[in-house]
Amino acid sequence: MIKINGEVKNLDNCNLLEYIKANGYKLEVIAVELNGNIIKKSDFANITLKDGDSVEIVSFVGGG
Amino acid sequence: MQVLINGKKVEMPKGSRMSDIKGDYDIFVRNGFGVESSTELFNGDNIIAVRKGEMPSKDNLTQMIFARNGEKATDKLKNACVCICGLGGLGSNIAAMLVRLGVGKLILVDFDIVDPTNLNRQNYFVKDIGSLKTIATERILKEINPYVELELKNVYVNDDNVMQVICGADIIVEAFDNPVCKAQLVNNILSKTDKYIVASSGMAGYASSNNIKTSNKLSRLFVCGDSESEAKENMSLMSPRVNICAGHQANMVLRLLLGIKEC
Repeated sequence: MIKINGEVKNLDNCNLLEYIKANGYKLEVIAVELNGNIIKKSDFANITLKDGDSVEIVSFVGGG
Repeated sequence: MQVLINGKKVEMPKGSRMSDIKGDYDIFVRNGFGVESSTELFNGDNIIAVRKGEMPSKDNLTQMIFARNGEKATDKLKNACVCICGLGGLGSNIAAMLVRLGVGKLILVDFDIVDPTNLNRQNYFVKDIGSLKTIATERILKEINPYVELELKNVYVNDDNVMQVICGADIIVEAFDNPVCKAQLVNNILSKTDKYIVASSGMAGYASSNNIKTSNKLSRLFVCGDSESEAKENMSLMSPRVNICAGHQANMVLRLLLGIKEC
């Protein structure tokens, strides 16, 4: 069981970078935590999500 | 009995009222709340007494500005330092709110100058056009409280200078316009420091005010906004929602400074 933004997802051996790209997130406007730890963008490609992982992805829109 | 009047201990007979305080005062604030002149005094009361329309002494001015915050909040806030990154619609208004709260020190960060298209939502005036936003904000904040400590940084924040920019701050406020800059600052703060950051996303247009919320998105990240109303053509940044979002951010900063770590 893998949770992404609080929702349980049916994912198996899913690469973090691939998940982010496949779900329409733009790399340059997001921040990502895995199990409560911030993940550097350069590490996304090296992370395979495993059972019990919890991922939070925050995406920013312009304006201020 | 003993009461505190404008920071000084004063002996008053039991049963005294506000109007019995010597000095022809017009306004009385007891323990952070305005009261009538007929209100009875009690032992231990903390009173700020003000003569309407008269400029107080420098010693008393700061006390009077923050009289309505209550003593507990005032003490914590005066020792705090908040770094505001971006002095546009969000940052210029957040800065004014934090100074009104009595935050002791602000680090003000912006590379840009004030232009006429800023005046629809940013806390500047016609006479500020052409001035650096840091300088214009400093002038405005000093008119609210001349004793606030300000550090001005006229820089474009990037991966290399971010640690130098935020040095000394207890809390970081992300108030940029550009979403890439927003994400970059958030990533830098969360990965390079153990500090909290209060960011913003989605406040353009005139959708319902009630869609703007504060959320605890990541462990040390709070995001204010509706997370979708992006500034773009036919969806411009307008004063009310930008100010609502700024209010959310300023209140989250206040809560964090008072030790409340939830939104």
